[in-house]
Amino acid sequence: MTEMTLLQAVNDALRTEMGRDDRVLVFGEDVGFNGGVFRATEGLQKEFGEERCFDTPLSECGIIGTAIGMALYGLRPVPEIQFMDFIYPAFDQIVSEAAKMRYRSGGEYTCPMVIRTPCGGGIRGGHYHSQSAEAYFCHTPGLKVVYPSTPSDVKGLLISSIRDEDPVIFLEPKRIYRSMKGEVPEGEYTVPLGKGRTVREGRDCTIVAWGAMVDVCEKAAVELATKGKEVEIIDPRTLVPLDESLILDSVRKTGRLVVVSEAPRTGGFAGEIAAIVAEKAIGSLEGPIIRVTGFDVPFPYTLEGVYMPDPRRVVRGVEDSFNW
Amino acid sequence: MSTAKKKTGTKTLKGAKSGHDGRQLFSILEEGGHVAKGKDPKIPKDELIRLYRAMITTRIMEERALNLQRQGRIGFYVPCKGQEASHIGTAYALKDSDWVFPAYRQPGIMILRGAPMQQIVDEWYGNEGDICKGRQMPVHYSFRQIHFVSISSPIGTQMTQAVGAGMAAKYRKEDTVFMTYCGDGGTSENDFHCSLNFGGVYKAPVVFVVENNQWAISTPLETQTASETLASKAEAYGIPGVRVDGNDILAIYQVTKEAVDRARRGGGPTLIETLTYRVGPHSSSDDPSRYRDDAEVQSWMDKDPIERLKAYLKKKRWWSQEMEDEIRETARSEINAAIRNAEEKKPPSISSMFEDVYLEKTTQLVEQEDYLKSFGDNEANQIGEFPL
Repeated sequence: MTEMTLLQAVNDALRTEMGRDDRVLVFGEDVGFNGGVFRATEGLQKEFGEERCFDTPLSECGIIGTAIGMALYGLRPVPEIQFMDFIYPAFDQIVSEAAKMRYRSGGEYTCPMVIRTPCGGGIRGGHYHSQSAEAYFCHTPGLKVVYPSTPSDVKGLLISSIRDEDPVIFLEPKRIYRSMKGEVPEGEYTVPLGKGRTVREGRDCTIVAWGAMVDVCEKAAVELATKGKEVEIIDPRTLVPLDESLILDSVRKTGRLVVVSEAPRTGGFAGEIAAIVAEKAIGSLEGPIIRVTGFDVPFPYTLEGVYMPDPRRVVRGVEDSFNW
Repeated sequence: MSTAKKKTGTKTLKGAKSGHDGRQLFSILEEGGHVAKGKDPKIPKDELIRLYRAMITTRIMEERALNLQRQGRIGFYVPCKGQEASHIGTAYALKDSDWVFPAYRQPGIMILRGAPMQQIVDEWYGNEGDICKGRQMPVHYSFRQIHFVSISSPIGTQMTQAVGAGMAAKYRKEDTVFMTYCGDGGTSENDFHCSLNFGGVYKAPVVFVVENNQWAISTPLETQTASETLASKAEAYGIPGVRVDGNDILAIYQVTKEAVDRARRGGGPTLIETLTYRVGPHSSSDDPSRYRDDAEVQSWMDKDPIERLKAYLKKKRWWSQEMEDEIRETARSEINAAIRNAEEKKPPSISSMFEDVYLEKTTQLVEQEDYLKSFGDNEANQIGEFPL
């Protein structure tokens, strides 16, 4: 075990897989010589050469389209989109091509690739460096969507994603890129896609959160404990595929559900989790399902601190699940 | 919308009448402010000094902005140092009624067009005085009063929009010209290619300015394109492309004036590549010493566009130390006053966050606003710092 930041865990996972499998290529804007604007790919070009870790022209569509071609020809591309907010020029390639390749070819052609991209708010990045746009991709059959919250999960899930046979959108919560440190296993450590994690056990209310929101919920849980409420925090780790049974079992135990997500509320993945619980565990619910989310406005610059869910709002959400 | 009737033959691809094309670099200003015989565009003295003032004001404004960022007083800044002539000189060829669809590295156009310094500085602070209501990061301005369209971070998106605006003006039989900007990195985006294609097909009254500062963050030009020059990309789209010394404001004005006139006459778009250099970092979060040599930077600082215009003014005996001092002092005091005022202003209100999503708030937005206000504090809780 080594203590690492989230960023170091990304780097470690990429280095591990590049060292193990020469089909793994890493590329994107500024990822090669400069090691990425966040330094996630630092040192990879030096270690593995310019053929395996390289800078591309400034074209997200080009990056993803070529990655698909590489995957079709048997490589394991791991392209980076510099910020999730810049992924949209590649949207067509992702949702029309990568996501549907296996299905539309009757399984003849597949796109095993991992699109890594920093996402989420909390860095004063305004509209275009803050969005948490997982819902668009969760809504597209054929894509897997991974959204880790700790350094060890980043490593284990990224390695699993690279080894996965389907295209994966790998979302890295940049707010905690450097601020969160944790013990990370060395070598080929994997965490299976589709298996969630119980972050904290509790009997009174289930909170489901992912990415940077897990940390926010843990802080809220400490405060709630002082008020006599023990919450159970579930981090699904991967939104698609989703570990439904972990969530449902927890709700059956606690009788309450709060879903916390920094994305805008309408059409967000928090609503999907609420719907699943309402369909499959309504008999266990003792109060309304509460969503604590971003607002239905473009991500703001100056007011980001009040836009993002914080422990205060999570505490209120839990209280609202009791007081109705 | 009908497509262009006339075919653009290879003859017109040579572009501007002065004979420059997309492969040769056109320049006017030589060493020591000299100008080759017959090449002087003869911009009147007052106008040249206006350009000189805009360039210096922009430079001084940016030095202050970067300092504010380092002191933690503003969150972010994107400097244009070394590229002042490239965008000020091109925009100068427009009429005031013409529109600009900028990227995020052309602040001098706001200065040239008379945007109030207070509103520029308020945007950096994202305060209650900011036209954009604190919604965007610093340098993502919007100035409708000077026909300067709202800036976004995604690269190249403004270029197709400029073409559409040009098509709209044509449809309304108005002679507005639209100038749009991107950098060398922008030429790789889909929107760049779409804009040239649509612009050519519909003969839109647009001037595409590619400010080739040779670096897209850490990515050098040779990784960006295999084309011999960026201007030569115009040829494939059937429009003229010209390549101009981007630190030579006389040459820039000359080629742009020809392009603007052609657009206004109905002759369609032109692609202008201004060859310049990003002397500073990509942004306040970038450290260019990681990826390029100081010697390269220094060689371009020696070609500073402000110094080159100054040498020409001196040659014409239009420059004096008093004038220089006055320009700099005026700029400094204007900027300092704006900063003082900006720092006294409050953040935008919570309510403002829910406005302008639509013309009218939806039921959901009203409910969300009430919910947020129920927490009772109106403080903008600043979290984190922008790392790029």
